[in-house]
Amino acid sequence: MNNKVGAGLGVTVPLTDKSATEAIRVEGLRKSFGPHEVLKGVDLTAHEGDVIAVIGGSGSGKSTMLRCINFLETPSAGRIVIAGEEVRQRPDGGGPADRRQIERIRRSLGMVFQSFNLWTHKTVLDNLIEVPVHVLGVSRAEATDRARSLLARVGLAEKADSYPAFLSGGQQQRAAIARALCIEPRAMLFDEPTSALDPELVGEVLAVIRGLAAEGRTMILVTHEMKFAREVASHVIFLANGQVEEQGPPDQVFGAPQSPRLQQFLRSVG
Amino acid sequence: MRGWLQPHRIVLILIGLALVWLCVTQMRWDWLPKYAPMMAEGLWRTIWLLVLSSIFGMALAIPLGLAQAAGPWFLATPARIFCTVIRGTPLLLQIWLLYYGLGSLFPQFPWIRESDLWPILRQAWPYALLALTLSFAGYEGEVMRGAFRSVPRGQLEAARAMGMPRHLILWRIWLPQALRAVLPTLGGETVLQMKATPLVATITVVEIYAVASRVRQDTFIIYEPLLLLALAYLALAGLIVLAFRWFENRGPVRHRPG
Repeated sequence: MNNKVGAGLGVTVPLTDKSATEAIRVEGLRKSFGPHEVLKGVDLTAHEGDVIAVIGGSGSGKSTMLRCINFLETPSAGRIVIAGEEVRQRPDGGGPADRRQIERIRRSLGMVFQSFNLWTHKTVLDNLIEVPVHVLGVSRAEATDRARSLLARVGLAEKADSYPAFLSGGQQQRAAIARALCIEPRAMLFDEPTSALDPELVGEVLAVIRGLAAEGRTMILVTHEMKFAREVASHVIFLANGQVEEQGPPDQVFGAPQSPRLQQFLRSVG
Repeated sequence: MRGWLQPHRIVLILIGLALVWLCVTQMRWDWLPKYAPMMAEGLWRTIWLLVLSSIFGMALAIPLGLAQAAGPWFLATPARIFCTVIRGTPLLLQIWLLYYGLGSLFPQFPWIRESDLWPILRQAWPYALLALTLSFAGYEGEVMRGAFRSVPRGQLEAARAMGMPRHLILWRIWLPQALRAVLPTLGGETVLQMKATPLVATITVVEIYAVASRVRQDTFIIYEPLLLLALAYLALAGLIVLAFRWFENRGPVRHRPG
């Protein structure tokens, strides 16, 4: 059994430790699409340095939950608090009340998508410096320096001037991670980052995420990679039917699952 | 070059050259020197009518398409009605309605007649340009609607997730990708727009087609001016196609070749 938990990470802050600064708090999150209620009251707290893996079957609401955190989806009910600041919502449930506030908060959350979503009309480098230069007001030279060093870190230094269409899926996802890092986010949100990849390309992306976890970055990771979740997560949440069915440290959730649903889920994913 | 010059092509080229030679030697071209300056002027008028109406029309088409693709109903509905009316009625009718309708309405207002704009408004070309612009806007507004919708959601979501303000998303992500998607269509539409320009001859704008008619009326020579006219339009169409191909090749490749 390849048990690497804690080895070399050193930053497994227990979820209940109130002394650690709170990065993301989700309270009573509900989301309906028409008559179908996808999330039925989810609570979640990530402190600085936490790596929270969210697992669950398809349709369990894990991606929707993640997308509600930065309001790519508008919650039907519930509160989202990022670094102590609550996202103000319109009383009619129509979305964020203050566009400026949600845009500022989004810039503190780096999101990585299942389908990469690199901007196809820009080179990799231009993808990385787009928001720093045009939104954050960083000088082009400074943004380019930083972007190049981030690209080097994810092993794509020589791809800076390529267009995304000429990169493999794994390369695109690594570039997308670098792009998310470019805005120096307080926390990272990963939405099934390896689900659209060919099996032989999964490893290179996981290696990058593992590196981020090792340096103590706060992240919420929605994933189907159970082995990886067990290895890097400080806390695991199992969503079923729009609710948190079970949660705890990875060894407990994977090693000694309590609920029949989780037991069945872990059996089915092997 | 050598591989391109195959026997069947050589034969076709020879036939073509023979036709040109026949045209030049057997037909009447003695009228040309006299009418050449007028033809050049007419050609120039055709070109700027085409270029300006395409540019202004496109500038209108972008908001028209955006309103239909993503706007609230009170913008989307008027935009849809405008596009439907423009595309559902003949351009000739639109030109006449603007020229004979609007154009005859204006002189009834003394303050318009006395304004500095009157010397322009009493001519025909502003109505021609307006009609061509509105027509192009109507057709391309519909094309842009599809183009805005065709940009994958994820492209915009990535921008939203990074906290880009809406106007920046439109200007830096959405619009460039939509324009790139319509570029091949737009080339063909511009050629169609070129072929619509002769209609403005009916309201006394003397562009290249009007000059050719004039030659025919003055000299009773029928085929030669029309042949030259066809040649001029062909050359213009070729230029348009080349220009758009250049634009297309300049941009990044969306999909990996092969």
